[in-house]
Amino acid sequence: MRNQIWGPELLKACIGIVDTKTFLIIAVIKIALVVFIMLTGVAYTTWLERKLIGRIQNRWGPTRVGPFGLLQPLADGVKFILKEDLLPDYVHKGLFILAPMLALVMSLISIAVIPFGENITIAGHTTALQISGITHSGGGISDISIGLLIILGVTSVGVYGVALAGWSSNSKYSLLGSLRASAQMISYELALGLSLVGVLLLSGSLSLRGIVKAQSDTWIVGGVNTHVPHWFIFPQIIGFFIYLMAAFAETNRIPFDMPEAETELVAGYHTEYSSMKFAMFFMAEYVNMFTVACLASLLFFGGWHGPTFSFLPPIAQALLPVLWFALKVFFFIFLYIWIRGTLPRFRYDQLMAFGWKFLLPLAIANIIVTSLIVAWRA
Amino acid sequence: MIPLSWYLMLSAVLFSIGVFGFLLKRNIITIFMSIELMLNAVNLSFVAFANYWNTHPQMLPSGARMVPLSGHVFVFFVMVVAAAEAAVGLAIIISVFRTRETLNVDRVNLLKL
Amino acid sequence: MVHQVLFIVFGLICVAGAINLLVQRHPISSALSLVVVMASLALIYLLLGAEFVAAIQVIVYAGAIMVLFVFVIMLLNAGAEERTRGSRIALLVGVPGVVVLAGTVGWLLVTGSQQLGGVTIGATNFGDTHTIARFLFRDFLLPFEITSVLILIAIMGAVVLGKKEN
Repeated sequence: MRNQIWGPELLKACIGIVDTKTFLIIAVIKIALVVFIMLTGVAYTTWLERKLIGRIQNRWGPTRVGPFGLLQPLADGVKFILKEDLLPDYVHKGLFILAPMLALVMSLISIAVIPFGENITIAGHTTALQISGITHSGGGISDISIGLLIILGVTSVGVYGVALAGWSSNSKYSLLGSLRASAQMISYELALGLSLVGVLLLSGSLSLRGIVKAQSDTWIVGGVNTHVPHWFIFPQIIGFFIYLMAAFAETNRIPFDMPEAETELVAGYHTEYSSMKFAMFFMAEYVNMFTVACLASLLFFGGWHGPTFSFLPPIAQALLPVLWFALKVFFFIFLYIWIRGTLPRFRYDQLMAFGWKFLLPLAIANIIVTSLIVAWRA
Repeated sequence: MIPLSWYLMLSAVLFSIGVFGFLLKRNIITIFMSIELMLNAVNLSFVAFANYWNTHPQMLPSGARMVPLSGHVFVFFVMVVAAAEAAVGLAIIISVFRTRETLNVDRVNLLKL
Repeated sequence: MVHQVLFIVFGLICVAGAINLLVQRHPISSALSLVVVMASLALIYLLLGAEFVAAIQVIVYAGAIMVLFVFVIMLLNAGAEERTRGSRIALLVGVPGVVVLAGTVGWLLVTGSQQLGGVTIGATNFGDTHTIARFLFRDFLLPFEITSVLILIAIMGAVVLGKKEN
C-alpha cells in the first residue's frame, strides 16, 4: 500500500522545507526575477537585431537614443504604450483581444521548465535555479519529469494565437495569412518533435535537467578518454540541424517568415493590430526565439556545463554555470539575427515541400540510425 | 482523497452533454465536436479506473491478471483513433460543403442535390 | 482537501465548457470551449497521476486535432448556425433515453459511493513515460502496429477526399 500523504505533508517529506510560506515566497521571487530578465532580454534583443542587421547591411542601426542607441528599446516601449489602440468595429472583439494574449502567455510558460543551473544558496535558503525545480534536503533537485513534453505542448497551443488573430480580424487577407502561418507552424512541429527523439534515446529522460545531466562527462571512445565534453551535438549533428531548421520555421523567422513578409507585400495576420496588441505579438516572437535558443543549448550543447574555477566564492560558483548558459543562448540569438541578415526567404510552396518532403524523412532516418546504434551498444 | 465515483460522475455528465449535442445541434462540425467530447469523457473513465486498480489491487476478481497501466495505454489508442477519425471526417465535411454549400444536416438529407 | 478543491474547480470548468459548446451558435465558439474542456481534462489527468497522458492530451488533442477543427471552421467560413426544424425522432427517443441512462448511472454512483474507494496521486513508477513505453512496445505491440496502419489509411483517405475535382 502506498503512502497516502498529500499537500504540505508531502512537501515536508520530500524536500525538507519546513515552511510552505517560505517555499511560496522563494518561488514568487524566482518567477518575478526570471520574467523580468526575460522581458528585458527581449527588449535588448530587438536592439541587438537592429544594430547587427544594420552592420550587415553596411549602415549604423540606432545610434541617436542614448549611447550606441542603447535606450532605443525604452523609446519603442513608450511609443507602443502611447500609441492609439484601435479596435475596429467589424472585428470579433473577444477573440481579437484574446489572440495576442494567448500568443504571449504561451511563450512565457515555457520558461517555467527551463533550468539555468544547479542549486544556489542565498541567506541560508537553498533553491534550484529553475522555476519548477525543487531542492531536496540532500542537495538533489527534482524536476518536472515531462519537461520537454510540456514545451512541445505549449508550442502546439501557441498556434491558436496566430490562427485566431487572423480569423477575428474579419478580413480575407488576414484570414489567408493566418491560415498559411498556422499551417506552416503545425507542419514543422512534426519535424521538431521527431528531431528531439534522437536526444531522448541518448539521454533516456524527458526531463530537461536529466538531459543536461546525461551530458556531464566526457566522451570515452574504446576505453580512451578523449577530453571532449559529452554533449549531444557530436552524435546528433543531423538532429541538431533538423531541430534548428524546424525551430526557425516554428518561430516564423527568416528564411521561413513568409507569413510576416506578407505584411510588407499584401497583408498578414497582424494587419489590424496596433500598439500594445501588436507589441504582444512582437514580444511573443522574441520570447519564442529565446525558448528555442535555451532548448538548443540545453539539449545539444550541454546546458550550463563549462569550465568551473574552484577559487571563486560559492555564490559566484553557483552563478558561473548561468554565465556559460547565457553565452550559449546568446550565440543562438546571434545566429538567428545573422541568418536573418544573410538569407532570402522561401516561397510558401518551397517552404512546405521542405518541411514535409525533406526534413520529416530525414528526422525519421535519424531516429532509425540512432536507435540502431543505441541498441547495438547496449 | 477523491472517491472514484466523483470521477465517474464527471465522465457521465460530460458523456451525456456530448450525446445531447449530437442529437440536438444542426451544424455538422458541432456534431463532430460532440463526438470528440464523448471520446474525452470515456478517456477520463479509463484513467480514473487505471489509478483505482493501482491503489486497490485486492478489489480485482480473483484469478484475473490485470495490468493497471493498461488504462493509460488504452487512452493512447483512443486518442490515435480519434485523430484518424477527425482527419477523415473533416475531409468528408469539406467535400459535403463543396457540393451542397451548407453545413446544416437538415439540408443534406436527400441524395439528390 | 487541496486535492478536492482542485478537482471541483477543474470539474466545473469542464462542465461549463461542455455546456457552452451546446449553447453557442457559432461553431468557432464551440470549438474554443471544447479546447477549454480538453485543457481542464488534462489537468484532471495530472490529479490522477497520469502525467504522460496529460501531456499527450494537450499535444495531440488540444494542439493538433482541435487546431484541425478550427482550421476547417475558418476555411469553410459558413457562419452561425441557422435554426431549422431538427429531427423529431432524436427529440422524442434520444433525449429521454439519455436522461434515463445518465440518471440511473448517477443514482447508482451516488448511492453506492460508500463502497468505492478513493483515488490518490500514485508513486514514481505509475503513469510515467518509461513504464507506459514498456507496456506499449511489449505487451501492446500488435495494437500499436495496427493503429499505425489505421493512421496511414486515414491519411490516404483524407488526401483523396480533400482533393479538388478539376
